Amino acid sequence: MKFSEQWLRSWVNPDASTEELVSKITMAGLEVDEYEAVAPEFSGVVVGEIVACEQHPDADKLRVTKVTNGTEEFQVVCGAPNARVGIKIPFAMVGAVLPGNFKIKKARLRGVESFGMLCGDDEIGLASERADGIMELPLDAPVGADIREYLQLDDTIIDVDLTPNRGDCLSIAGLAREVSANFLADVTVAEIEDVVADIDDTFEVNLEATEACPRFVGRVLRNVNIKAATPIWMVERLRRSGVRSIDPVVDVTNYVMLELGQPMHGYDLDRLSGSIRVRMAEAGEKLLMLDGTEQELNANTLVIADEEKALGIAGVMGGEYSGVNEDATSIFLESAFFDKIGIAGKARQYGLHTDASHRFERGVDYQLQSKAIERATRLILDICGGQAGPVVEVACEEALPKARTVILHRQKVTDLLGVELPADHIAPLLTCLGLELTETVEDQWSVAVPSWRFDISIEEDLVEEVGRIYGYNNLPDTIPLAELRLKTIDESTVRMSELRRVLVARGYREAINYSFIDPSLHQAFDPERVAEPLANPISSEMSVMRTSLLPGLVTAMRYNLNRQQNRVRLFETGQIFIREGDQLTQDLWLGGAVCGSRNPESWHGSDEPVDFFDLKGDLIALFKRVGNEAEYSFRAADKCSALHPGQCAEILRDGKVVGVIGRLHPSVAKTVSVDTPVYLFEISADVLMAGDVTAFRELSRFPEVRRDMALVLDETTAAADVEAVIRSKAGEWLRDIRLFDVYSGKGVEKGKKSLALGVTWRHAERTLNDEEINDLFACIAAALEAELGGTLRQ
Amino acid sequence: MENLQALTDAALAAVAAAGDAASLDQVRVQYLGKKGEISLLMQGLRHLSKEEKPKAGAKINEAKQVVQKAMNERRSFMEQAALDAQLAAESIDVTLPGRGEGVGSIHPVTRTMERISEYFQTIGFTEEAGPEIEDDFHNFEALNIPDHHPARAMHDTFYMKDGSVLRTHTSPVQVRTMKRFVAENRKPPIAIVCPGKVYRCDSDQTHSPMFHQVEGLYVAEKTSFADLKSLLSDFLRVFFERDDLEVRFRPSYFPFTEPSAEVDIEWGRNADDSIKWLEVLGCGMVHPDVFRHAGLDPEKYCGFAFGMGVERFAMLRYGVKDLRQFFENDLRFLEQFK
Repeated sequence: MKFSEQWLRSWVNPDASTEELVSKITMAGLEVDEYEAVAPEFSGVVVGEIVACEQHPDADKLRVTKVTNGTEEFQVVCGAPNARVGIKIPFAMVGAVLPGNFKIKKARLRGVESFGMLCGDDEIGLASERADGIMELPLDAPVGADIREYLQLDDTIIDVDLTPNRGDCLSIAGLAREVSANFLADVTVAEIEDVVADIDDTFEVNLEATEACPRFVGRVLRNVNIKAATPIWMVERLRRSGVRSIDPVVDVTNYVMLELGQPMHGYDLDRLSGSIRVRMAEAGEKLLMLDGTEQELNANTLVIADEEKALGIAGVMGGEYSGVNEDATSIFLESAFFDKIGIAGKARQYGLHTDASHRFERGVDYQLQSKAIERATRLILDICGGQAGPVVEVACEEALPKARTVILHRQKVTDLLGVELPADHIAPLLTCLGLELTETVEDQWSVAVPSWRFDISIEEDLVEEVGRIYGYNNLPDTIPLAELRLKTIDESTVRMSELRRVLVARGYREAINYSFIDPSLHQAFDPERVAEPLANPISSEMSVMRTSLLPGLVTAMRYNLNRQQNRVRLFETGQIFIREGDQLTQDLWLGGAVCGSRNPESWHGSDEPVDFFDLKGDLIALFKRVGNEAEYSFRAADKCSALHPGQCAEILRDGKVVGVIGRLHPSVAKTVSVDTPVYLFEISADVLMAGDVTAFRELSRFPEVRRDMALVLDETTAAADVEAVIRSKAGEWLRDIRLFDVYSGKGVEKGKKSLALGVTWRHAERTLNDEEINDLFACIAAALEAELGGTLRQ
Repeated sequence: MENLQALTDAALAAVAAAGDAASLDQVRVQYLGKKGEISLLMQGLRHLSKEEKPKAGAKINEAKQVVQKAMNERRSFMEQAALDAQLAAESIDVTLPGRGEGVGSIHPVTRTMERISEYFQTIGFTEEAGPEIEDDFHNFEALNIPDHHPARAMHDTFYMKDGSVLRTHTSPVQVRTMKRFVAENRKPPIAIVCPGKVYRCDSDQTHSPMFHQVEGLYVAEKTSFADLKSLLSDFLRVFFERDDLEVRFRPSYFPFTEPSAEVDIEWGRNADDSIKWLEVLGCGMVHPDVFRHAGLDPEKYCGFAFGMGVERFAMLRYGVKDLRQFFENDLRFLEQFK
C-alpha cells in the first residue's frame, strides 16, 4: 500500500525523521519496499493567474500572457496550447530554480521579453511524462501562494508491502495504530461525527445471504452536485496512494477506503429498482462491470442486486449500469461487511483484483461500516452539497464475527521466545496495539482481540505480537542444546555428491535444466510416453514435465555447440516424471552427454572423436566407485526412439533395466539441429547409489594361471555372450576374463571376427596343475563351439 | 723389479687412455690378469732371498692396488659420463601442457546446496527429499494455507491437470518427514534439511520459474525463537565466512510459522554509512496447526523451521548478477566453478 507520509502524520506524528519512521515500521513487520519524495527539489514557483493572453506577433505557436502573482503582473511568453485567461497555473518567477537545477531567468523569445515560465506538471517533477500543456490548478487556488505549500509537496510517498495477515493496516487509520504502538505516540485525529439526517429518504435493503454479508449499511443522498470539483488536497492524497481522481463520489469512497479501510460503493439511486438484494448470483447471470468487461457469474458469487438484476460483485467491483455518472443527483451509499471466506478467491475467479477485494479477502473491521458511511457522507456533502437521509443498517448479528478472547500465559511467552519477560512488561506491549488484557490469575491474561485484527486467534499469535513490539532483535540469541547422539550412516550407499565428483574428475560439467520442456522436444525423444502437462505453463516451450534427462542435456549441448564449443561433456541429476496408469513416479536420475574429441585438444595430436565406449567407460567408473560393477550388464536395444538403433544399449542391474546408453539418433539430432555425434546415458540414481559393504576375500599365496585364446565367430555374436559361455564353464577358480583384441579383415573369413581373450584362474589353497587347466580350457572351447559356433584359431 | 715403476706408469697411462669399458677391461687383463705383466713380476720373487721377498712382494701389491684404484675411478667416470649423456638425451620441455582429460565442475547451485546442507549436517541434521509434483495437502493445506487463502496468491503456483501442483517451496518435506516419524513410531527430536527444486509461475530477470531452496526443521520438546535466532545467525556467518556479518530478524508472515520472521543480512553500505539490508531467509516457530496436520502434539513439542533460496546465496557468494545464467548451462559460466 502506497500512502502519503503527511497524511499519516496528520493522524499520528511521532518525533522521528522519515528514515526513522520507515525503518521502525519495517522492523515492526510492515516492510517498506521504497519511499520517495513527492516532488524533487525546486523553488520560486507560485500560484499564478493568467490575466491576459494574446498571440505572439512573430510566432504562431507562442502566446504572450500577463500573469499575476497577486501583487504584480508579469509578461510571460508561453507555448502551451491551453494557456488562456482566467486559469491558475504554477508560475516559475525569475529567480526560480526548477528540478535539475534549471534556473529561470529573464528571456527574450522571438523579440518579446518574458519574465518567468508557466509550468507543466512534468516541469515541477509531478509527472514523469511530458505534459501537453501547462498544469491547470483549481480555480480557488490562492494566487501568490508557494506551490510547494499549496500542493503540500514537502511530503514522501511510502510504499509498504503488507503481508496477507495484516489487512488491518491497509488504511491510514491502521498504519497509525501501528505507528502509535511502536513509537508510543498518540493518535490525534478528530473523532468522526455523525451527520444528522435532513431528509427522511431511505432505500430498502434485504440480506439474503447473511453468512457472506452479515452487515449492510446504506444511506440516501439527494441533490448532490456530482460536477463539483474534488478538492486538491484530496486529489493529491489519492494520487499519492496511486488512485486517480474520477468524480467526487468515487473519490470520496476511495478516500474513505484509504483512510479507514472500509471499501464503499456509490450507486445512482435513480437507476435502482425496488430494493437492494444482497444475494448469491444465479449461475450464468451476466453483469457488465465498471471496467467494461462482461462477466458470466458463478452461483458461488455474492452479488449486490436490485429487484431486476445484479448491480455488482459484492466486495469486488460494481457494475457499469448502476454506477454514479455525471447526470446523477441522488446517490445511494453502500458500506457493507463481507465475510472474508465468502469473498476469498472470487475476484481471481473472474480475473479481477481490486482494492476492495484485496481488503475484504484479508478481513475488514466488522465494526467500521457506520463510521465509514458517516465520514463519507460528511465529505460528499462538503464537496457536492445536498441532503442526507438517515443511516439504515441491516445486520445479522449471529453471522457477524464474534468478539474473540485469547488466553495468554506468561510461561508461553518465555517458552516460545526464549526470554523471561516480567508480567508488567508484557501487558503494555499488547495494550498499545488496542488489545485489552485482564489478568485472570497470576501470569495469565484473558486478551480481548479488537474487531480489526483477524490474524489473532491463538496464543502463539499473541506471543508474536509481544515479540514484534518488544523487537525481535532485542530478544536473546541462545545456542540450541541437543543430546550428542550419533546417527547411522549407511555405508553401502554412495552419496550422489561423491558420484558427481567421479564424473567431474572425468571432465564432466554439471548442468541444471528446467524440469518442464517443450512438448515437441519430448515427442522427439520419448514419443512412447505421455509427458504430464502443466495446466498453466509459462509458455508452450515449458509446458510438459520431462520423462527423461536427455532432451535437456542435448539442448544444453546445442547451446554450447552454437557458441564455438566443440567438445562438451555434461551431466545432470534430477527428477523425471513418468505416469503409468494412476501411478506417477518421480525418481531421481543421473544423465550424461558427450560430444567432440576423446581428449581435450592438445599438442599430442590424439584427436579421435569420442565414441560409445568412452561413455560406457565413464559409466563403469561410476559402478566401480560404488563397487558393484559385476551386477551390471548391457544389452543391445533398438527401441529407444532417441538413440541410434545400432549403438544403443539398455543398462541392466541384476537383469532389470535401470537405464540406457547410446548415440543420439541421427534423425533426432537433425530435428534438434545438432550436427555432431552425441553420446548419451541416463540411469536411475537410486539404483546407482545402492551398493554393498565390501566383503573381503583372503589373498591367495598361490600363483595364477592364464590361458589366452583367439576365437573366430560370426560378426554379430555379442562379446557378452562369449564371456557368459566362458564363465559358465570356467569353474570356481576363475578369477578374470579379459577381452584384449577384436579383429576382422585380412586373415579372417568375411562375416566373421576374431576375439582374443585371456582367462585367468587361481586357487586359494594350492597351485593349479596344467592338467586341470587343460581340462577346463577344452571344456570352454567345446562349449563355445557348440553354443556360439566359435572356433579357436591355432 | 727395476721395471715395476715403468710397468705401473705404463698401466696407469693405459687406464687413462681407455675410452670405453671394453678397452678398460683389456688393460686389466694386460697388467693385472693372471698372466698380466704386473702379476708376472710375482714369479720373479722366487729368485730373491728370504729377507727380500716380503719387501718386494709388498711393493708389487702396492703397484697393483694403485693400478686397480685408477681403473675403478676410470670406470666410475665412464659410467657417470654415459649416464650424463643419457639424461641429456632424455630431457624434455617440462613447460608443455600435461596430457589427458581435464577436470569438470559442479554446478554452483548444487555446490551451494551442498555447502548449506553440510553445515547443518555437522550438528546432527539429516538430509531429506520429497516429490516435486506435490499434492495440495502437503504443499498448502497442511501448512495452514487453505484454499483461497491470500497467501496462495503470493505463490504463483503451477498446477497439473489433476489439481496437484509443482511444489512452490520445500516446506512440504517438513510435513512428510513429521508424518513419517509418527507412522514409524519415532519421537522427536527431528532435525532435517531438505534441499531441492521448487517452482513458481513467474519469469523475468529476477524470477526463475524453477529455482532451489533448502528447508530446515527442528522439532523437540523444548526450543525457542532465541535458539532459532542463534542458529541462523551462526549459519549466515559461517556460510559467508564473516564473523562480523550483521544479521537482523524482521517480523513477517508465513501461515505455517508463528511467530514468523524474515532475516536480512548486511550487504554493503548506503551513502550515509547506514547498512544496506538484504533479505535472505524466512523462518519461524512451527505453527501448532502444522504439528496437528502432521500428527504431532503441539502441547508436547515445539519447533522451528527456516527456508532459503539457494540461487540467492550462490549469487551473493560468487558474485553472479543474472539469475537466468544458472539455467543456461553455458560452459563459460560452468567452468568458473569447482
